[in-house]
Amino acid sequence: MNPLTYEKATSSTDALERHDGDAAKFLGAGTNLVDLMREGIATPTRLIDVTGLAQSIEEQSDGGLRIGAGVSNTAVAEDATVRAQYPALSRAILAGASAQIRNMATVGGNILQRTRCSYFYDVAGSRCNKRSPGEGCDAIGGFNRAHGILGVSDSCIATHPSDMAVALSLYDAVINVESDEGTRSIPINDFYVLPEDTPDIENQLNPGELIVSVDLPAPSANRRATYRKVRDRASYAFALVSVAGSLIIKDGLVVDAGISLGGVAPKPWRAIEAEAAIVGSPPTEETFRNAAQIALADATTQPGNVFKTELAQRVIVAVLQDLAGDAQ
Amino acid sequence: MTNIKPNSSSHKSDPNRRQVLAGSAAVAAIGAFGLPVGAQTTAAPAASGAFASLGVPHVRRDGAEKARGGAKFAAEYSYPGMVYGALVYSTIARGTITSLETAEAEAAPGVVLVMTHENAPRLERPEPFYSSPTGMAGSSTPVMQDAEVLWNGQPVAVVLASTQEEADHAATLINVAYEEADAVTSFDVAAESAQTSFYAGRDLLIEEGDAEAALADAEVSVDLSFNTPAHNHNQIEPHAVTVLWKDGILRMHDCSQGVDLSAITIAKVFGISSAEVHLSAEYVGGGFGGKTVWQYHILAAAASQLADRPVRMSLTREGVFRICGARAPTRQRVALGSDRKGRLTSLIHTGTTMKIENNSMTEPFFEQSEHMYRADNMHLEIRAGTMDMLANTFMRAPGAATGTFTLEVALDELAERLAIDPIELRVRNEPDVNPTTGREHSQRASVDAYREGARRFGWVPRSGQRQGYREGEWQVGTGMAAAYYPYKRFPGGAARITLDREGGALIETAAADMGMGTTTATAAVASERLGIPYDAIEVRHGDNTLPGALIAAASQQTAAIGASLTAAHEVLLAELASLVPATSPLHGLPAAELGTAEGALYSLADPHQRIPLIDLVAWSESGTVSAEGQGGPISEWTQDWSMHSTGAVFTEVRVNSVTGEIRVPHITAIYDCGKILNSKLAESQFRGGIIMALGMTLMEGASFDERNGRVMNPSFGSYYMPTHLDVPHIDVGWTDIPDPQAPTGARGIGEIGMSGPAAAISNAIYDATGKRARDLPIRLDALM
Repeated sequence: MNPLTYEKATSSTDALERHDGDAAKFLGAGTNLVDLMREGIATPTRLIDVTGLAQSIEEQSDGGLRIGAGVSNTAVAEDATVRAQYPALSRAILAGASAQIRNMATVGGNILQRTRCSYFYDVAGSRCNKRSPGEGCDAIGGFNRAHGILGVSDSCIATHPSDMAVALSLYDAVINVESDEGTRSIPINDFYVLPEDTPDIENQLNPGELIVSVDLPAPSANRRATYRKVRDRASYAFALVSVAGSLIIKDGLVVDAGISLGGVAPKPWRAIEAEAAIVGSPPTEETFRNAAQIALADATTQPGNVFKTELAQRVIVAVLQDLAGDAQ
Repeated sequence: MTNIKPNSSSHKSDPNRRQVLAGSAAVAAIGAFGLPVGAQTTAAPAASGAFASLGVPHVRRDGAEKARGGAKFAAEYSYPGMVYGALVYSTIARGTITSLETAEAEAAPGVVLVMTHENAPRLERPEPFYSSPTGMAGSSTPVMQDAEVLWNGQPVAVVLASTQEEADHAATLINVAYEEADAVTSFDVAAESAQTSFYAGRDLLIEEGDAEAALADAEVSVDLSFNTPAHNHNQIEPHAVTVLWKDGILRMHDCSQGVDLSAITIAKVFGISSAEVHLSAEYVGGGFGGKTVWQYHILAAAASQLADRPVRMSLTREGVFRICGARAPTRQRVALGSDRKGRLTSLIHTGTTMKIENNSMTEPFFEQSEHMYRADNMHLEIRAGTMDMLANTFMRAPGAATGTFTLEVALDELAERLAIDPIELRVRNEPDVNPTTGREHSQRASVDAYREGARRFGWVPRSGQRQGYREGEWQVGTGMAAAYYPYKRFPGGAARITLDREGGALIETAAADMGMGTTTATAAVASERLGIPYDAIEVRHGDNTLPGALIAAASQQTAAIGASLTAAHEVLLAELASLVPATSPLHGLPAAELGTAEGALYSLADPHQRIPLIDLVAWSESGTVSAEGQGGPISEWTQDWSMHSTGAVFTEVRVNSVTGEIRVPHITAIYDCGKILNSKLAESQFRGGIIMALGMTLMEGASFDERNGRVMNPSFGSYYMPTHLDVPHIDVGWTDIPDPQAPTGARGIGEIGMSGPAAAISNAIYDATGKRARDLPIRLDALM
């Protein structure tokens, strides 16, 4: 780990004032950043601890929910409103990491966590375009069971590892950021940037910008939602495939559908075209199968993750069937 | 092999006649155990009350200290002026270091020394296992002596600094340039030149009759291929050593599972006598075969010598993956032929594994196939290829861990084709004598284990039809497999018994306790032997200055300690006899006619004639009575008897029909391991082995990138092992039939748990899904 200084911010304004350039980083719980520093991937010389800030979950006048960026993952998952109105979010969080990590990890940090690609982590011995632009990608042709099949590129096939962000994507959450220049709000489904040939650029956040909160739009009536995660062991493993899904069914027809995929792409992957294919159709297995095929139509696999295309389709169908329940 | 005559023997008890399966967690908890029969040389008064020790579920002696954090591990010792070590590892599989830029690291804050092959002291090559009776190293690869790189991950520089953080940081500032050479990092390529290999002093080739011809002629047969990857031990305690050179002694606080052999091996590397190395390892956080001599010890001691400072070298988890060896990958073929009644006419178990050039360890995956079943014809052979990789080494149940997987899956497939219940097939091929050596079994109750396991699990017999059923998305099935591990006892065992004035005894032996409860078991055995209450026995272990050269390996240490204590006890009886006053009826009796029990020396012929031990100790000149003995010849298993532990493992498996996810909600295992000395320790050993096997079956495997020979998952984040949620209730039991030929009646329990679950799970997966899984790990994509 590099030598560094540590300081604790007293407010978001204070945090922004302390942030003086690329060598500084905001520190949440550090459940990912400290690992990245230990591995020599992140080398900040100044850490500004923002964990004490933005600790509240507040209902908004429009019926939505504003979750402070410093709220712990556990607090979000256990929040009564979240559990009742945004169940997929609660489930997604509880499907991630371990109880100890969830107790520490913050909402802002979770959104910004970086891929767990083992070649990305191997600073000494592997090439990685995300870590060292232009160097090459050893995950291609290597171990890529955990890697992406949608939105990937020839320069990077890494996935975004978050469960929580997949549910936020389903709920069309909006990320509020602050900087010296003011505040702005970015829909989470626009927040992440696909790798193309610059996989080192992962999102729209500018240097020195701080995530302060996440807004969840007002819940839709009669919307059923859930989250299902598939992994290589029962707990404490990143998703091979996960699906956050939602349906609203009225008079025997689907009037609203949501599908967001985890574990398959460099970002939470909203399957917009698949959703559109469901709306207006009866909630049948055939409808869902068709949608699942649409969702994965552009999949490009590696030898290690060929199975993900089929797996993702199966889980999409199973989740939607589960949500449709008796309406099928 | 009926053409080989069994060894004859003058008398044999028949322990198999004992049909009652006494052992189980529930029964053992009551502590209703007698003395082992047959193994005892003295007919002591019956142990009872405070004197009952064997079979009593004593809690682990080290438990409280560990729970309190009071137990001191290798990386927790410190000395004034101590500095911390960090390693730089190579990133190529083979080649030559062309330059080492160390100036920046040397100038970094806190740095005391940067050591490379350019300034390291000249050292001998370490002696690996089997190269000498004391070899304890994973390989004979020179330790930082030249510019040659032999595997991806080899240490190329050591940094010593005032803090661990400074050392770690400085290590990142070192730049190494290489000239790469052609490396063999592909299993397929290495397999092309694989040769029939050898292990533990014998060729890995056994041929009886013409197994291929018999297979071709067999009425029913299976011929199957299997793959297993490399596995890493992943002890909870990463390897560490604290080193001090002082007054001509190299002092090492290590985490060794064989302190004496480690000390001897390290002494030879430094060209000093083993008396000049004081190596101790009181607490060891898991061994599993991996806590032996690797480069970190030697580098720490060399750097300490060069810097003239005490050194603590504590490996990172990645460091353990880079430099401390792993179980080798295998590709196995098992082919079975039988008649229509299921009598095996052909048993073929062959295959290829990988090793490095600089060791003599070949993963012996056909051992269970030598000993488990009779067959008219056999062909067992292991070929080893050579790869440029980290040294392969011993890992819990070497050979048997993967070998029972392949053999026991093949038996299940054969049973299905025969339309015979898998248990019945095994029973029909239960050997009367050892199938390959012809020796008689010292004790063997495999069939009892199968039957009791079936009863407790609720096994539904089958005849070629799957019993699996569907429960929502879940496909549910059951499977069983046999477990196997050999009895062994290594030479070198010794112990010293010292009686004190208060009626207690001190037991000293250079044995290791990696967390399995050695001190607890030793105290119980000593209590029983000496007739001294368990709580009055103190055990010192884990220090090479103590008697013996024991190693906690191959599930044999308890047997070695038992034999050592028996020998020491005989010497002690002679010492005590010499202290008997002339007025006593015991006076003049030779040691062979004396025994100790209930705190007294007594006459075997007339047990009422006795003298309290405290009196004898009081009459001694020094106020203590001490005796040392060495465990005698090990011929019981090397020459005289067929000594093997067996067992039966039953599992229920649930496979998700949507995702292929596998869950194992229930495991029952019954073991035939001789006498169980402590049910609490035994349960823990069995369960631990089963959990480790669960990991091997469903998730474990080193991601060895064949492009450059680099292990790509060197962390707990990426090398998956079972979490609590993956581990079901595990019901374990045992036959508890003492082995008359084993020193304490116990054959060893540390490794057999590792054998059996993989096949039982694979067989249950088939029962659930109709799909055979023959490659490890079995993951969801294989079952989708």
